[in-house]
Amino acid sequence: MKQKNITVAIAGNPNSGKTTIFNNLTGSRQKVGNWSGVTVEKKQGTVHFQGYEIKVVDLPGIYSLTPYSIEEIIARDFIIDEKPDIVIDIIDSSNLERNLYLAVQLVELGVKLILVLNMIDEATSKGVVIDQQKMGSLFGTPVVATIGSRNIGMDKLLAEVVKVAEDKEPVSRHIHLPYGEEVEEEIRKLQARIWEFPELTSRYSTRWLSVKLLENDSEIMTMLENADSKYAPVLRQSKRSSFHLHDIFEEEPGNFLGERRYGFIHGLLREAVKMPKESGLTLSQKIDKVMTNRILGFPLFLLLMWAMFQLTFTVGQYPAGWIDEGVMWLGKQLSQFLPSGTIKNLITDGIIGGAGGIIVFLPNIMILFLCISFFEDTGYMARTAFIMDKVMHTLGLHGKSFIPLLMGFGCNVPAIMATRTLENRKDRILTILIIPLMSCSARLPVYILLTGAFFPQNAGNVIFSLYLLGVVLSVISGQIFQRILLKLDAAPFVLELPPYRMPTLKSTMIHMWEKGVIFLKKMGTVILAGSMLIWFLSSFPQPVSNSHMTKAEIMEQTYIGRLGKFLSPVVKPLGFDWRGGVALITGFFAKEIVVSTYGVLYQVGEKEEESEGLRSALQHSGMSPLVAYAFMVFTLIYTPCLGTVAAIRRETGSWGWTFFSVGYSITLAWMMAFLIQQGGKLLGTL
Amino acid sequence: MNQGGKGVVKKLNELKEGEKGIIKQITGNSRFQRRLREMGFIKGTEVLVEKFAPLTDPMELIIMGYHLSLRKEEAGKIMLECEGTL
Repeated sequence: MKQKNITVAIAGNPNSGKTTIFNNLTGSRQKVGNWSGVTVEKKQGTVHFQGYEIKVVDLPGIYSLTPYSIEEIIARDFIIDEKPDIVIDIIDSSNLERNLYLAVQLVELGVKLILVLNMIDEATSKGVVIDQQKMGSLFGTPVVATIGSRNIGMDKLLAEVVKVAEDKEPVSRHIHLPYGEEVEEEIRKLQARIWEFPELTSRYSTRWLSVKLLENDSEIMTMLENADSKYAPVLRQSKRSSFHLHDIFEEEPGNFLGERRYGFIHGLLREAVKMPKESGLTLSQKIDKVMTNRILGFPLFLLLMWAMFQLTFTVGQYPAGWIDEGVMWLGKQLSQFLPSGTIKNLITDGIIGGAGGIIVFLPNIMILFLCISFFEDTGYMARTAFIMDKVMHTLGLHGKSFIPLLMGFGCNVPAIMATRTLENRKDRILTILIIPLMSCSARLPVYILLTGAFFPQNAGNVIFSLYLLGVVLSVISGQIFQRILLKLDAAPFVLELPPYRMPTLKSTMIHMWEKGVIFLKKMGTVILAGSMLIWFLSSFPQPVSNSHMTKAEIMEQTYIGRLGKFLSPVVKPLGFDWRGGVALITGFFAKEIVVSTYGVLYQVGEKEEESEGLRSALQHSGMSPLVAYAFMVFTLIYTPCLGTVAAIRRETGSWGWTFFSVGYSITLAWMMAFLIQQGGKLLGTL
Repeated sequence: MNQGGKGVVKKLNELKEGEKGIIKQITGNSRFQRRLREMGFIKGTEVLVEKFAPLTDPMELIIMGYHLSLRKEEAGKIMLECEGTL
């Protein structure tokens, strides 16, 4: 027998438990990617049930189907264009009124709908009693109650999917939301015009399209207006109708249509739901009395942030160390088996070295996303935005930008990945552009080396000044980006504070695992290609064998050495010699390499890099403390590493922003180093 | 609840912790209005000020039985009818 297919889209408000249900249904049979062209996660999975292969698509969490955010447009376009067989709307049963607003819009869209009353246990314990049958018959859709966190109701839901797909569900019918006689008349007039265009009627429900026209829906308007006045009769009618309704109700049609929808919901709730009388404080409110308390809220927040940072970067250091050792061991083993030559060097130095440099980040990323996922799923993430928004808003950022920025001090790569928690694209890009100014842990060895050599008495203060400079520059840059570059319409700060909930282990683990895989797969390829390129540049042209050249002399001969020399006029005004130039070029790959490059260039043994040898070599190199400081400032500001570049590319979804970030940071680094060098000289001669 | 317009009209950001009012009007651009509407801010709905953030902005509200945060600046665009006098 040929297998039968059903496509199901899962819609629902954020915090309705949508993802948990998706995970329950599909288990590990998931594919995570992006919706084409945008950096919004797209999840798909399959489940086999009663001889059907059911394809499940998890739509982004949305409150409405108006086209005002990428998430809403994605969800709407998917339902209209891909025409899934069934849409499942996940509803938070203890927050019915607002959750049903989306359900009403889905009904209007004319899709085959199943309403899922999720977290029904929470509603029951609050004293909310729902007559599911009545609700279903009023809505014209089957209603299924579930408890996602305990995996209850999934088989019932799947059985309902099959029943609706086979058109055997008696409850399913199309209902029309009553908008009142005046509006209905205008809808009829519009429908009559729309009927003249078969390409519109085949794609949309005419009633839905009419309502959208009355609401002045921007996406629909643009689509009709951009058709060379083909749809002029429709648009003319829409204008007339809107004016007419505006006259009657003295209000934008969009406004009272929204009110009518809520009116319908209220009527439905009156008939099908018994709400409890005023109840006391919920557990969640009690928790929040402490967590967002005026006095305790802040210290608790800082404590949790500190704990997350320590867990990610201090505890994460151990597994990272094991991985590092494992990679080195592998390199050694391979180098014993492979015949000497270019291939061997490529594999051991280029590929293994490069790949090793990537996967050592893996523990940090997994732990960080374990924490983030925990904060998101419990509901605390929204509180961090609530607590920090005032500070972040003065910087032109969103309260939710704080965690990514903080993580930037550990490692910029996971920090940039963490900007996904920001819903608005403008906030996200702004945060991504600023993160590289947070001095990550990989820059610290450079500071330690140079301060040890040139500022032994004041090392602590000097290093602190660098971290501070990064923060100050981020504030200034934030202002610049916001004013000049991102004049995008700022989204209003409307943030739901969901009730505190215990996350399920399964969801947390799946989230963490996904991030790890994304990191390895997507960024790994870019970083690997980059590290092979760097290896090539620093290994070729190969010196004539048997020559008695030192390592430094060999390096001088390679492309990267030549590049350093070629670029020395550029870095000369900053007081750096060609060695500094080469160190900075290799530092583009990863900041740790700056130190080892210096080690090679100043001809000290590898073991001595961080010890006396290199320090005294630097002291005797003719470099002044001022130049050393300028060099550290340059290191602080310019592009942190190739991994960061790959992360920016992935998370902005645009090479334009990626190149902008690289260009901006290098320019700013040069200017700041120049200012320090020239200003310092000036002060010195005074 | 006040019927017949006897109450005082205040901006939402003028309310203190624990105070509530009924939505009368929402100003601001249509995008803002639409966003608020889909979150349940429609005429006749009750809003309660649950608390202010530790740094006094934004504010936490309860509407339709759920919790929501708005910046004071934006809350100032929501006009409420409240009990009592100024």
